[in-house]
Amino acid sequence: MAQLGIFAAAGGTLAPAAPGCATVAGAMTIDDGSRRARPTAHELQRYERLFAARTSGMRSSAMREMMALTERPDVISLAGGLPDTSTFPPALYAKLMAQVAADSTARALQYGPTEGMGAAMDCIVQVMAEEGTAVGTGEMIVTTGGQQVIDLVCKALIDPGDVIVAEAPTYPGAVPTFGAYQADVVQIEMDADGMPIDELEATLDRLQGENRRPKFIYTIPNFQNPGGVTMSLERRHRLVQIARERELLVLEDNPYGLLRYEGEALPTLYSLDAANADRDGKSDFVIYLGTFSKILSPGLRLGWAVAPRPVLEKLNLGKQGADLCSSPVTQLFVAAYFREHDWRGYLTELKTLYSRRRDTMLGALEEHFGDRAQWTTPQGGLFIWATLHGDVDTTNLLARAQDVAFVPGRAAYMDGRRGSSSMRLNFAGLPEEAIREGIRRIGEIMGGDTGLFGALTGSPPSHADADDEGERDASAAALADALRTDGRRRRGR
Amino acid sequence: MSAGEATRGNAGRDRAPGQRAHLRLAGDAEAQGRRPVAVLKGGASLERSVSLRSGERVQRALKQLGHDVIAIDAGPELLGELLERQPRAAFVTLHGRDGEDGTVQGLLEAIGVPYTGSGPAACMRCTDKALAKYLMREAGIPTPDFRAFKESAVRELGVAAALPVIGRELGFPMMVKPASQGSALGVNIARSSDELPRAIVAALAYDRKVLLERYVNGRDLAVSVLGSQEGGRGSKPEPVAMPVIEAIPREQDFYAYESRYEIGMTTFVCPAELPAETTARAQELALATYKLLGCHGVARVDLMLDRESGELTVLETNVVPGLTETSLLPLAAEVAGIDFDALVARILASASTR
Repeated sequence: MAQLGIFAAAGGTLAPAAPGCATVAGAMTIDDGSRRARPTAHELQRYERLFAARTSGMRSSAMREMMALTERPDVISLAGGLPDTSTFPPALYAKLMAQVAADSTARALQYGPTEGMGAAMDCIVQVMAEEGTAVGTGEMIVTTGGQQVIDLVCKALIDPGDVIVAEAPTYPGAVPTFGAYQADVVQIEMDADGMPIDELEATLDRLQGENRRPKFIYTIPNFQNPGGVTMSLERRHRLVQIARERELLVLEDNPYGLLRYEGEALPTLYSLDAANADRDGKSDFVIYLGTFSKILSPGLRLGWAVAPRPVLEKLNLGKQGADLCSSPVTQLFVAAYFREHDWRGYLTELKTLYSRRRDTMLGALEEHFGDRAQWTTPQGGLFIWATLHGDVDTTNLLARAQDVAFVPGRAAYMDGRRGSSSMRLNFAGLPEEAIREGIRRIGEIMGGDTGLFGALTGSPPSHADADDEGERDASAAALADALRTDGRRRRGR
Repeated sequence: MSAGEATRGNAGRDRAPGQRAHLRLAGDAEAQGRRPVAVLKGGASLERSVSLRSGERVQRALKQLGHDVIAIDAGPELLGELLERQPRAAFVTLHGRDGEDGTVQGLLEAIGVPYTGSGPAACMRCTDKALAKYLMREAGIPTPDFRAFKESAVRELGVAAALPVIGRELGFPMMVKPASQGSALGVNIARSSDELPRAIVAALAYDRKVLLERYVNGRDLAVSVLGSQEGGRGSKPEPVAMPVIEAIPREQDFYAYESRYEIGMTTFVCPAELPAETTARAQELALATYKLLGCHGVARVDLMLDRESGELTVLETNVVPGLTETSLLPLAAEVAGIDFDALVARILASASTR
């Protein structure tokens, strides 16, 4: 690696040598008789010419490289976005698959409609009704996981340079999608009640002043990934109001809404906007994203979008180009599952399990992180967002960790820099014992880093040190403060 | 990536001219009783994915050259599989920990499998950048001033007290790096003494030893070195330097070095646009470093060309340079008229000339 690391093997593209620059490596040192005088088209040059401009927004980062390393059996990974699929009864899975195979062979093996199969849509209507959101099957499209909705919405709405307003931190999985469409993502720091709407308005005004028009606002209102916070009812009302006034779309990403362990369920943005609408109960400005991944199985790759008709048509066209249709096999599986099994009962089981695991993790954090960090106390979902005191970079912490993994906070920021003292912890995917041990291991490494810093400075790392890093760190600190306030308050400290 | 994968398969085919050497090597392979060549790749280092890409590309080239190839992802099965398969040589494309630091090389010697590239001692000398720099300094090869110490010294010997002295000596900004890490992770620029402790803690997350180095405002150069061609078997192998590559960051943000690590953020020019005597001097330094550190078969030496003084300094030596489509060694070799298959053949030959 060069002094700045730019010779590291992963980086770089090749530029042709300038014409006339034929100083090809002093002949004295090349003892190759067959040497050509000028390089012909080098392989890389050939590809570089072929790559689309948008691939410049598709980045592979050193941090992701490191994340890949954590996929070893000896590593306790709190990094995943996983629900626990081991709780699904194998016999039931076998029975349902057999049923799909026996009853619908030809249909299961055939292409399906792009918008999805009626049988799966009926299940989606039930799921959304469970959250008090009434929709008809004509307003939705079944997709290959919720992730595809993010992709299709970008495909339909985003030209290079268009603005997406997102929360800070935001869903790490949306970051590469936004990047691939060359979106200009403006992130708004959350507090304990989610995205502050005053901030949003100020941001929208500023963007307007700069002649940058946002296309949509991306939010995960319930048990946000990765922040763990939930948007308050008042803010939900204001958000849909603003979308309406400014004629902006909101992408409401709601994978976890039904995984609420305490507190009162809040209405979806879609339903709030639909109530405002002058036509029969359909939202004008909210695109709703749902998924079976967290209430049933991510392996099914089945999600959906509910959207205003003109948007829905574009999503449909985009999906035709992407994959024609989502798998009929899994759609029929879902239909069979909803028909044969008490899906609400399974959901209740999951909630009981995850709620216990959340409490286990909160207890372990209290014990092993203690005063060295603060964290959110989510009322549902899968994630806790922990922010370490001082200027500890969790990416480095992850490097130090040999046997435990988490998502470094930087992954939740488009610039890959902010959020550096935070981490996302998944409490849903692992048994309680592993959760306790994982948190203990992280606490141990934190101790090592803090001790080292103390040995170098005579004091633990402090926020004051971070201030000279300027605005971006100040805002990161503000976020950390905001999110941890939630934890403290809810924990009654 | 998938587009790259798809087209890459064709790349070998439309590169037929001038590669007669393949035939002879294929003949060699047959004469060897078809014992396979094992490509060692992957492993649990931060450069795992680069290593996998290098390895896959080498596999294709070796097949093209007529060899039977087995690929082994370095893990708990590595030695067992090598003992069972008895390859006639191991082609090492492992980067970072274990694969590049002499561990794997020493074990290959233990089980009697010939392997490509440098031996354990050279690997250790190169992987530990601090050790390499001490050796270069002793031998009179210019390298930026530096200091290095281990984490234990921070904890037990009160290094903190010496930091002001070191700060005055090396000046700011100062480079702070893990002593043995091939990726950009853990590398920081401390702009002032206030930033030094944090940068040291960050570097020590990646290695037990940290290297503090005088910052050079200069141009980044790389010179790959190859051992002699396979024809030189028996005679003393005389290494040769490849054309100089310059890496030019597209982004001028001084501190955005992390983004330089991302594909597309750096432009490589080969041969570097340099005065002939600078090119010659860079190659001379690379060869001297290669020999000093005892490298064998292949290495890549990274240098800095000071913008003001014009001084060339050697930063470090990589004993297992990347062999991906975007790596520097294949690029330099191609400019020197050695296409990828020929390059692979030549590196493979280093297994039998040790």
